[in-house]
Amino acid sequence: MISQFVGSSPTLGSVLTAQSLEPASKSVSPSLCPSLTPHSTESPAQNQMHVPSGYGLHPQNYIAPSGHYPQGPGKMTSLPLDSQCGDYYSGLYIVPTQNVVTPNTANQQPGAQQMYGRGPPAPHIVGSTPGPFQGAASSASHLHTSASQPYSPFVNHYSSPAMYSANSSVASQGFPSTCGHYAMSTVSNAAYPSVSYPSLPAGDPYGQQMFTSQNAPTVRPVRDNSFSGHSTAISHSSPLPPPPSHQYHQQQSLSGCSTLSWSASGLPSTQDNLLRNHSGSLATANSNPTNTVADSLSCPVMQNVQPLKSSPVVSSVLSGASSTRTPPAANRPVEPVASVTQPSELLQQKGMQYGDYVNNQASSAPTPLSSTSDDEEEEEEDEEAGVDSSSTTSSASPVPNSYDALEGGSYPDMLSSSASSPAPDPAPEPDSAPASAPTAPQPSKMAKPFGYGYPTLQPGYQNATAPLNSGVPPSSPVYSGFQQYAQQYPGMNQLSSSLGGLSLQSSPQPESLRPVNLTQERNILPMTPVWAPVPNLNLDLKKLNCSPDSFRCTLTNIPQTQALLNKAKLPLGLLLHPFRDLTQLPVITSNTIVRCRSCRTYINPFVSFIDQRRWKCNLCYRVNDVPEEFMYNPLTRSYGEPHKRPEVQNSTVEFIASSDYMLRPPQPAVYLFVLDVSHNAVEAGYLTILCQSLLENLDKLPGDSRTRIGFMTFDSTIHFYNLQEGLSQPQMLIVSDIDDVFLPTPDSLLVNLYESKELIKDLLNALPNMFTNTRETHSALGPALQAAFKLMSPTGGRVSVFQTQLPSLGAGLLQSREDPNQRSSTKVVQHLGPATDFYKKLALDCSGQQTAVDLFLLSSQYSDLASLACMSKYSAGCIYYYPSFHYTHNPSQAEKLQKDLKRYLTRKIGFEAVMRIRCTKGLSMHTFHGNFFVRSTDLLSLANINPDAGFAVQLSIEENLTDTSLVCFQTALLYTSSKGERRIRVHTLCLPVVSSLADVYAGVDVQAAICLLANMAVDRSISSSLSDARDALVNAVVDSLSAYGSTVSNLQHSALIAPSSLKLFPLYVLALLKQKAFRTGTSTRLDDRVYAMCQIKCQPLVHLMKMIHPNLYRIDRLTDEGAIHVNDRVVPQPPLQKLSAEKLTREGAFLMDCGSVFYIWIGKSCDNNFIEDVLGYPNFASIPQKMTHLPELDTLSSERARSFITWLRDNRPLSPILHVVKDESPAKTEFFQHLIEDRTEAAFSYYEFLLHIQQQICK
Amino acid sequence: MVIFTFEELRLDVLIITLSDLECDYINARSCCSKLNKWVIPELIGHTVVTVLMLISLHWFIFLLNLPVATWNIYRFIMVPSGNMGVFDPTEIHNRGQLKSHMKEAMIKLGFHLLCFFMYLYRYSGC
Repeated sequence: MISQFVGSSPTLGSVLTAQSLEPASKSVSPSLCPSLTPHSTESPAQNQMHVPSGYGLHPQNYIAPSGHYPQGPGKMTSLPLDSQCGDYYSGLYIVPTQNVVTPNTANQQPGAQQMYGRGPPAPHIVGSTPGPFQGAASSASHLHTSASQPYSPFVNHYSSPAMYSANSSVASQGFPSTCGHYAMSTVSNAAYPSVSYPSLPAGDPYGQQMFTSQNAPTVRPVRDNSFSGHSTAISHSSPLPPPPSHQYHQQQSLSGCSTLSWSASGLPSTQDNLLRNHSGSLATANSNPTNTVADSLSCPVMQNVQPLKSSPVVSSVLSGASSTRTPPAANRPVEPVASVTQPSELLQQKGMQYGDYVNNQASSAPTPLSSTSDDEEEEEEDEEAGVDSSSTTSSASPVPNSYDALEGGSYPDMLSSSASSPAPDPAPEPDSAPASAPTAPQPSKMAKPFGYGYPTLQPGYQNATAPLNSGVPPSSPVYSGFQQYAQQYPGMNQLSSSLGGLSLQSSPQPESLRPVNLTQERNILPMTPVWAPVPNLNLDLKKLNCSPDSFRCTLTNIPQTQALLNKAKLPLGLLLHPFRDLTQLPVITSNTIVRCRSCRTYINPFVSFIDQRRWKCNLCYRVNDVPEEFMYNPLTRSYGEPHKRPEVQNSTVEFIASSDYMLRPPQPAVYLFVLDVSHNAVEAGYLTILCQSLLENLDKLPGDSRTRIGFMTFDSTIHFYNLQEGLSQPQMLIVSDIDDVFLPTPDSLLVNLYESKELIKDLLNALPNMFTNTRETHSALGPALQAAFKLMSPTGGRVSVFQTQLPSLGAGLLQSREDPNQRSSTKVVQHLGPATDFYKKLALDCSGQQTAVDLFLLSSQYSDLASLACMSKYSAGCIYYYPSFHYTHNPSQAEKLQKDLKRYLTRKIGFEAVMRIRCTKGLSMHTFHGNFFVRSTDLLSLANINPDAGFAVQLSIEENLTDTSLVCFQTALLYTSSKGERRIRVHTLCLPVVSSLADVYAGVDVQAAICLLANMAVDRSISSSLSDARDALVNAVVDSLSAYGSTVSNLQHSALIAPSSLKLFPLYVLALLKQKAFRTGTSTRLDDRVYAMCQIKCQPLVHLMKMIHPNLYRIDRLTDEGAIHVNDRVVPQPPLQKLSAEKLTREGAFLMDCGSVFYIWIGKSCDNNFIEDVLGYPNFASIPQKMTHLPELDTLSSERARSFITWLRDNRPLSPILHVVKDESPAKTEFFQHLIEDRTEAAFSYYEFLLHIQQQICK
Repeated sequence: MVIFTFEELRLDVLIITLSDLECDYINARSCCSKLNKWVIPELIGHTVVTVLMLISLHWFIFLLNLPVATWNIYRFIMVPSGNMGVFDPTEIHNRGQLKSHMKEAMIKLGFHLLCFFMYLYRYSGC
C-alpha cells in the first residue's frame, strides 16, 4: 500500500514515512475510533469497518469506543505494533491519494487544495497552466437593469450584439476598465468583480464568488487548475502569460461568442499586461481599447489614435441615454463621451499601441503593481450598508458603488458634472475617457441626508454621491474638482449643522474652554450622547479628516512640546478602530500605490503638492515624485490633477495590494474549532448551542471556495475528526499521548468546507450527543492547543477554543489561584497576571504562523482567565467569557452565547494582517494596547483582524513641533480578506498643533482620554498593583484639574473648576473606579475582573464608553419627539439620565444600556398601562423574576420601546442581553451597582469624589 | 579574567541586538530569546567573579561589583511569572522598556570598561 502510494506522489510518500516512524518510536498508539459516537444507534456514522476498501483501514487498529473509554486517560491501547502503525497510517494516507486521483467533483479543486495544504510550493507546481486570474466576466448585473438600451448602439460598434445583450451588466465591467485604477466597493460588488481579468482559467477561490455574484452565464468552465489560477491572481505583478495563441484565439472568439462579451475583449490586454510584467489595470483588462486610450495619456504616440475614437454615433447615443436617465443634467457635454467610446477599428491597432504603451509604462511605472479589481466586499458590504442606511448617501441605492464604475465616466450624471466643472481640460479628457461605459445607470441615487455616522465623510467620496454643485441636484455621483468643492461648502455646512453638537468650536471663546464649577453644576451629564470634539482645522481639512469612529486622539489640539504636554497633565494617545464595518469605503486598485519614499507613508489628503509632479510627505516632509500614473484621475477623467485622486480626497481608503505586499500567496479562510468535551462541558451544554449556530451559519462563514474548516475535541485525550470528502461518515481519531502531541493525519483534518459539507453537518449533528455519558473530568487544553497550532501552522487562520474549566492535564495546566475570601478585599488583588508563560509562548508561536486563537470561556468556577487570556491577547484573538454558563439554568447566558456566536461566525475577518501606525516626525509611539503582538517599534502583528477590535496607542512628543502647524497620524492595515485578496486599509488623521495650554485644554476629547487612561490603568494594575492603578486614575484627575486651575487667572480656591471639555472627566474616572476591573470593596470574582480588563484593552471606544459609563433612559414615556428614522422605523430618543438613584422614580421604568447588558428597571408603582402594553403582564406583581425579552405587542408604546432597544442593539459586537429587573427583586443590586453617581459602601458618591479631588488639589 | 571578557562580549552583543531591535532589523521574539539565553550566564558569571573577589580579599573590587551583581539577581527574581524572562517580547516595546534596557546595557558596559582597566592594572601591578 505504501509503496503504491509513494509511487503516486513522492511528496506524500516522504511525509508518510516520516510520520509512520513517529508513533513507533514513541510508545503511543493513536487509536482510531471510526464510529463517531458511542451510541451506535444515534450516530449517523456507525460502523467504521465499512470504510471503503480503498482506505485500507486495519480494523485492529481501531478501538470502537463503546460507551466509555477502556482505561481512563492513559494510553488508549496497547497495540502499538509497528506494522499496525504502518497500516494505520497507510490507511489514513490513502485517503488523500484517492482524492487526488479521482477528483470527485467536476473540477479538480480538491486536489489542488490539498496541495496547498501541504506547503506553499505546491501551488506553484500545480499552476503549470496558469492564466491570469479572471474575473470571469462576472458582474453584478443587477445594477444595470436599465442599461440595455444604451448599449445597443455600442453593440453595433463591436459587431457582436450578443455580447451586450447577454449580460447587461457588462457595462459595469467596462467602466472599471476605463478607470483602470480605482475600484471602490462600498455597497454592492456589482461594478468590479471580474472586470479586470481576462477570461482565462479562473482561480478557483474566486470562482465561487464570481459565480454567485453573476447572473450572466458568461463564465466558462474555468474552475480547473484552481491553484494556478489562484496563485496568479494573487501575484498579479507577474502573471504567467497564457500562450499568446490561446489568447488570440479567445479574442477571436470574442466576436463569435456571444456570452463572452467583455472578458473576451479584455484578453489582448492581458497579453499586454503580461508584456509589461504587471497585469494591467482593470482598464486594460476589460476594454483594452479604452484602456489604451486611457493609457495614451502617458504615451504621446497614442494620441494620434485618438481622433479615431470619437464617433458621433456613439456620442449621440450616450447623450440620449443620459438624458433619459437624469433629466436635470441637461447641459452635459457630449464630447467626453464621444471620446470615451471607441470604435471597433481600434482593436486592430491595438498591437501597435500596446507596443508603445509597454515601453512607456516600463519607464513610467518603476514599481509595477497589479491592479486587479475584484469585488470582494460583496454581501458583507451590502449588509453593512443596510445597517446604517441613514448615514450614507450612495450606499442605500444600487448605485454603481465602485470607482471603477464612476470612473468609467459613462454615467450621465458624471458627464454633467464634468461639464459643469470648468476644470477638466478638454484635450486630455478625450484621451482618458473610457470607451465602454456609457451605460452605468444610476437608478436610484437619492441624496439622502447624511447621518451623523460619518460626519467627516471624505469629501471626495461624498462628492461622488452627495450634493454637488449648487445648481445640480444632489444626486450626481461626481468626483468633483476643487472648484466644485467651493460651491459645495454651503451644503456641507448645512450638513454639519444638522449634525448637531459637532461644531463646538465656532465661537471665538470656545465653548470647550468655558470654566465649569464642578461642585456646583448639578447636572453635569448632557442630555444627548457626547460627541467627539472636532479638531480645530480649516474647513477643507475638517471635512477630509478621518471619522472619529475609526480614529481618535485624546487631544485634538496637539501640544507643541513635551513640556507643554507635561504641563497639561493629560494623556496623549490614539484610539483606533481600524477594521470597523464601514458603510462607505473607497477601494482603490492602482498599479502603483503611491507612498513616501523614505517613511513609506501612503499618500493621503494632507500631503501638499509642491507642483504638478511633486508632493511633500506630511509625516517626514520628504519631497516625492508623483508617478506618471497618478497624474491621471480616472474619476474626473482628467490628466494632471493628482490632487483630485481618491487617495487624496479620502482619509479612509482601501487599496488592493499587489504581490509586493505578500510574503506568500494569500491564505484561504481556515477555521478550526477546538471544543472542550469533558464532563463539565457536557454538563454546561454549550455544544448544542455551538453546533446549532454553526449549522445555521455554515454558509455565511466568510470565505471563498477555498475555505477550510476543522474540528477537534478534547478532554483528557485529544480527538480529531477526519472529514475528508469521500468518507461516508466522519471519523474520529483519538490521540491519547498528550505529552507529545502529533497529528494523526495532517491532510484530512482541515477540509474544504464546500466539498465536505455533508460530513461536517453530520458531525455537527452528532457532536452534542457524542459525549453525553462521558466521565472524563480532566481537561488537556494545553496539548489540544499545541495540536491545533500544528494543524494550523501551514496556513494560518482562526482557532476558536471553547473551554469550560481550569486546564488540568498536560502542558499549560493551571492551579486555582483565587481565594474567594479575597474577592471583596480592599487591599491587594493578586493574580491579575498570568501564572505561566505557556499560553503566551503558544500565542507568539501562533502569531508567527498567522494563527489567531479566540477563547470562549464558559465556566462556572474559577478558570484562571488571566493565564488563559494570554493565548488570545498575543495572537490577536478575542476573548468571550460567559460566567456560570448553563444552557438551561442560565438561559440569558445561553442566549447571549447564541447571539454572540452568530456575530462571531459571520462578521468580516481579515487574515495574516499587520498594522503599522505612523505619525509626523517629532511624535513617537511608545506603548500599544490591544490584542496583538508588537513585532517591531511600530508594527503590530495581527494574525486575524475583526471589525470589533479596538486599539490604543500612547504617544510622546520627542521633538518640538514648532515648525509645523499640523500633525498627522496614519494607520495602515494590511490584511488578506476572506476572499483571498490582499488589501490595505489606510486611515489618516490630521490634527492642529497649538502652543498654549488653554488651547490644549480646549481640544481634549474626554472620552478618548478616559479610554486611554483605562488601558493604562489595566497595564498598571497587572505590572504593579490594583491600588496603584486606582491611585493613578485619581491622580490623573487631580493633576489635570489642578494644572488647569493654575492657568485660570481668576482662580477661586474654594471651587473646583474644569474646562467645559473636561467637565465629564471626574465623572468618568469615578465610573472607572467603580468598574468591575478596578473596583475594590465590592465582591468581584477574579475572572470577572480580568475579563473586564481584557475588554478594556480590546474594545473600541464606542463600546468601551458604554461599559464604563452606562446610559440610562426613562422608557415609560417614550414619545416621538426628536425621534430619528432608521430603516423606516421611528426610533424615539429619550434624554439621558444621570446615573443616580435620585433619577429613578417608582412610577417609572428605566432602561440602562451597559454595552453588553441592558437592564430595564421597573418601579414598584409603575404605570400598569406600561406594564401591560410593553411587558405584556397585567400588573407589577405578575412580572416574573427572570424576564429577558420584551414581547412583541401591537401597541404604540411597545413598538416604541422595542424599536428603541433594537436601535441600541444594532452595531454592537456583543449582543446585549436584556434583563427586566423588578424593583424588589434580588437582581436589582446588579442594576444599582451601575448607578455610579451614588455612594456605595466601598466607594464615593460623585459629589464626595469631587470633594476628595478638591482636597487633593488644595493640598 | 576569562569570565570577565566573556561578559564584556555579551554586553556588546546585548547592545547590538537591542539596537537592531530598535531599528527594526530583527523580530522582537528572536531578539528576546537571544538575549534571555544570556541572562543566567551573566548572572552566574558575575556572581562568581564577585565571590572570587571576596575570597581573594580584593575588598574594593568586591564592593564595586556587589551592587551590579545584586541588581542582576534582583532583576532576575522580579520577572513576573507570566513573562518569558527578563526580556519579554510582548512588552519590550512598551513604556520605553527598550530604552531602559539600552541604558542599562550602556551603564554596564562603562562599568566593565572601568573594571577592565582596573584588573589590568592590578594584574600588571602585582
